[in-house]
Amino acid sequence: MAYKRQIDRLPIPPKDATIHNVTCHYCIVGCGYKAYTWDRNKQGTLTDNAFGIDLSEQQGADGTWMAPSMYNVVKQNGKDVHLAVVPDHDCVVNSGLGSIRGARMAENRPSTVTGTQQQRLTDPMMWRYGVLQPTSWDDALDLVAQVTARVVTEGSEDDLVVSMFDHGGSAGGYENTWGTGKLYFESMKIKNCRIHNRPAYNSEVHSTRDMGVGELNYQYKDYELTDTIMIVGANPLETQTNLFLNHMVPGMRNGARVIFVEPRRTVSVNASEEVAGKDNVLHLQINTGTDMALFNAILTEIVAKGWVDKDFIANSTFQDGIAQAEDAGHPAALGSIEEAMKACTMSLDEAAGICGVDAADIAKAAAWIAEPKDGARRKCVTAYEKGIIWGNDNYRTIGALVNIALATGNVGREGGGVCRLGGHQEGYYRPSDAHVGRPATYVDQLLINGGGKIHHIWACDHYKTTLNASQFKRVHKKRSDMVKEAMDAAAGGTREDLINAIVDAVNKGGLFVVDVDIIDSQIGQNAHVVLAACESNEMNLTSMNGERRLRLSEKYMDPFGNSKPDCLIAAGIAQHMERVLNAMGKADYAAQFQGYDWMTEEDAFMDGYNKGNPEVTYERLRAMGNNGVLEPVVGFENGMLVGTERLYSNGEFGTGDKKARFCAAGWRGWQAEGKAEEQAKYKYWINNGRANIFWQSQFLDQDNDFIQDRFPFPFIEMNPADMADIGVGPGDLVEIHNANGATQAMVYPTATARRGETLMVFGSPAGSQGNVINPGVNELVLPDYKHTWADIRKISDAPATAKAISFKSKEYKSA
Amino acid sequence: MQTLLSGNLWEDYMSRCTKLVDVGRRQFLRGGSVAAAGLATAAVLPAAQAKAAPANAQVDYPSNRLANVADLTVNEPMDIEYPDADSPGALIKLGQAVEGGAGPDGDIVAFSTLCPHKGWLLAYNSADSTYNCPGHFSRFDVEAGGQQVWGHATQNLPQFTLRVDDKGDIFAEGASDLIFGRPSNVL
Ligand code: SF4
Ligand code: FES
Repeated sequence: MAYKRQIDRLPIPPKDATIHNVTCHYCIVGCGYKAYTWDRNKQGTLTDNAFGIDLSEQQGADGTWMAPSMYNVVKQNGKDVHLAVVPDHDCVVNSGLGSIRGARMAENRPSTVTGTQQQRLTDPMMWRYGVLQPTSWDDALDLVAQVTARVVTEGSEDDLVVSMFDHGGSAGGYENTWGTGKLYFESMKIKNCRIHNRPAYNSEVHSTRDMGVGELNYQYKDYELTDTIMIVGANPLETQTNLFLNHMVPGMRNGARVIFVEPRRTVSVNASEEVAGKDNVLHLQINTGTDMALFNAILTEIVAKGWVDKDFIANSTFQDGIAQAEDAGHPAALGSIEEAMKACTMSLDEAAGICGVDAADIAKAAAWIAEPKDGARRKCVTAYEKGIIWGNDNYRTIGALVNIALATGNVGREGGGVCRLGGHQEGYYRPSDAHVGRPATYVDQLLINGGGKIHHIWACDHYKTTLNASQFKRVHKKRSDMVKEAMDAAAGGTREDLINAIVDAVNKGGLFVVDVDIIDSQIGQNAHVVLAACESNEMNLTSMNGERRLRLSEKYMDPFGNSKPDCLIAAGIAQHMERVLNAMGKADYAAQFQGYDWMTEEDAFMDGYNKGNPEVTYERLRAMGNNGVLEPVVGFENGMLVGTERLYSNGEFGTGDKKARFCAAGWRGWQAEGKAEEQAKYKYWINNGRANIFWQSQFLDQDNDFIQDRFPFPFIEMNPADMADIGVGPGDLVEIHNANGATQAMVYPTATARRGETLMVFGSPAGSQGNVINPGVNELVLPDYKHTWADIRKISDAPATAKAISFKSKEYKSA
Repeated sequence: MQTLLSGNLWEDYMSRCTKLVDVGRRQFLRGGSVAAAGLATAAVLPAAQAKAAPANAQVDYPSNRLANVADLTVNEPMDIEYPDADSPGALIKLGQAVEGGAGPDGDIVAFSTLCPHKGWLLAYNSADSTYNCPGHFSRFDVEAGGQQVWGHATQNLPQFTLRVDDKGDIFAEGASDLIFGRPSNVL
């Protein structure tokens, strides 16, 4: 039986409720919301309320409505207050639309009154007496600094391994990436570091950047102004929901056609067919991993037909052969279009054979992208995401896609752009990472091979979001257990005894783990010190969305318990490092840890982002409200920040000579090690993807009854005939297993899934798909998470909770 | 000192109700008007009120006859309005017993048909017994308690509590979730 909220009325925000600007902190789209807070003993009336509408009337479709999930009681300046977080009709990003994630921001706040999100950490914790015990900030930070200072001075900074988020929204943002960046890239020069979702510290889109095309170059409005929308390896209705609904759908209604390049039929394909009509949607359902061959054939066709933008190529792209040769840091040569075509040329028929789609459909895609329309250039906006970012041959595949946009002049122009769709919002502001090098260290392998002595982890849960996770977990646990045993043995002794015991253990192969997070994460089970962080709106937080729209999402409640913003935690570590190093007589090194006298997150913002962007202050961003300003900010006029509608609109690109480069993206089959063998050996392709319901909020939703009721177990989508083959029914639990490891999921029958092709939820806390992914990466250590093959066997009949749920198709079906 | 249902306040309230009844929007309120007082009257209490006014902690729902069991055809939703005329819903006989189903066969259910995402009117797909939203593609399974199969709503479909009497008359007497577009299910 479906979860019932059993709520039949809600408090009404009064007219004088305090209103705060909120940018949804879950996904990249960054929808605008208004947060209303008001005193516990006050309420508005049906006719006199903060919404300014007559609530005694039934509101019509698209009207303002506060759903129960948009309400909570939270602490503000130490007092319990009512909270309502409601989508903002005036925000151009979402125009009043919420999503199943963002519209639950309020109920996903920690509340001691309503009991929501009690999984949130309230205090630092330290491994003591065989368990993690709560303690004070000073106690926890002192131990972190004592051990870290000892290890990096007795050895080197390379003994400190750091996993740290690089994103905006959530608990990231310019404040927190700066705090952590200043600590590890300025006070120290940590090179053994990685990002939250991949095993190295690297860009996910090196090639497009090397080609001079930053990956977020358009604005969302371009979808409404274009002739063709090309979506590659992405499922925007689920993962950029209100971008799809509020910009792509209007684009289709304005007449845009849509091309999907994607092995799976997604709900985005279905919804596009509903809106644009089947004739205006071309789904190139390619064999997985063959995107580059398809792009090369499309480019070849466009060149052959003479549909290229000659002026753009002549004026804005590199002309003289090779600009960058292929080498260890560049998995393909970059240069002129002629040079690129030497590697990229591929016939329609050859590509059809590789990709498993009709040559005629490839030609049709080329025409939809580039054939002049009524004598004028056709406009095409291209969007891509994890299907190719975490797919086969990342560098060349993305390069091959960007080639098409460059050849047709679809960058920096209205209705154009070739962009990532993105995951989190962005919010990266750090000192140079040049010392990390390229290729960067494969940090997971370093740890597996016994490297590193200390592991600082900032809001990363490698248990859920890494590849080769089975082995990683085994080793990480074993190494951290060595330190736990040493700490247990030193119990009751002095602080010095404890530090000596830890240092001794890490010198024998142990790993001292410091985990900074907002919840008790799975990798946090291996931690010796846990530091409790807070999230967006429990602090002020600045980020930009997928069209570079910068907003300040305002603080409207207190951090839970004694938790703190990450930037202030980083500052605390730095201050303790300075003190400890001075006590050790290392005054010079200690001095590197000065400059963290921040009282608030705004201080961190001013110390970092504002120094590089002096026009941008909290006060000015607050005034810009939920529509903010498109980065880069280029001025301040008439009380408004002045931004940039599109990048490269002057035809100058992000290279030394301002000329964009084409990528010599030669097709070479499976690039990463072990993929071809695995494909030959196992029966099922284990694709992974995200689900609308908890994408970017799953860490909180593991403690959300509405969500857990819908999916008590992470699903694996399977074709019904495949289910029959292994004798399973809807809701049955299966084990997915191969030589890399094993994991589990609940079977969700999916008629549109092709035989032998399954889909699991990425990053699930209750069935990590990473367990079965091999360690293969590209030359720049980008993981190929998407390519895993395994066998599947039944574990059990559907548990009672799984039996009760709906297993119907996820596709909208008009009556 | 006035009690909740006396004096000017009550007159205000009644005149408002009467007006609505006049324009034909409150036909379901008979027998439910006192129950409906909870939120509406509390909301207009004068600020100077010295003594706290009593108000029920829970909304009282009208008991409205929707249909007779004999009126229903399997898998053909009947349009209903509950708890009042502004709140469209559907009464469905599914043909097989479901958890929470009413009637002699345990297969009768009723739901609000305003999408709890942004309030578009849902359309029934009889092929797989789901309600589908033309607004933004959400869908709800009436055979699984109105569970959102896929979509943007942050709750399942509000399900109406049904009672079937000896004569086979079906009454709605409550709702499981807040109905789109209102701060209280009973306005
Ligand atoms: S689409 Fe993304 S940003 Fe918008 S409300 Fe949903 S989760 Fe938040
Ligand atoms: S109104 Fe139903 S999905 Fe949006």
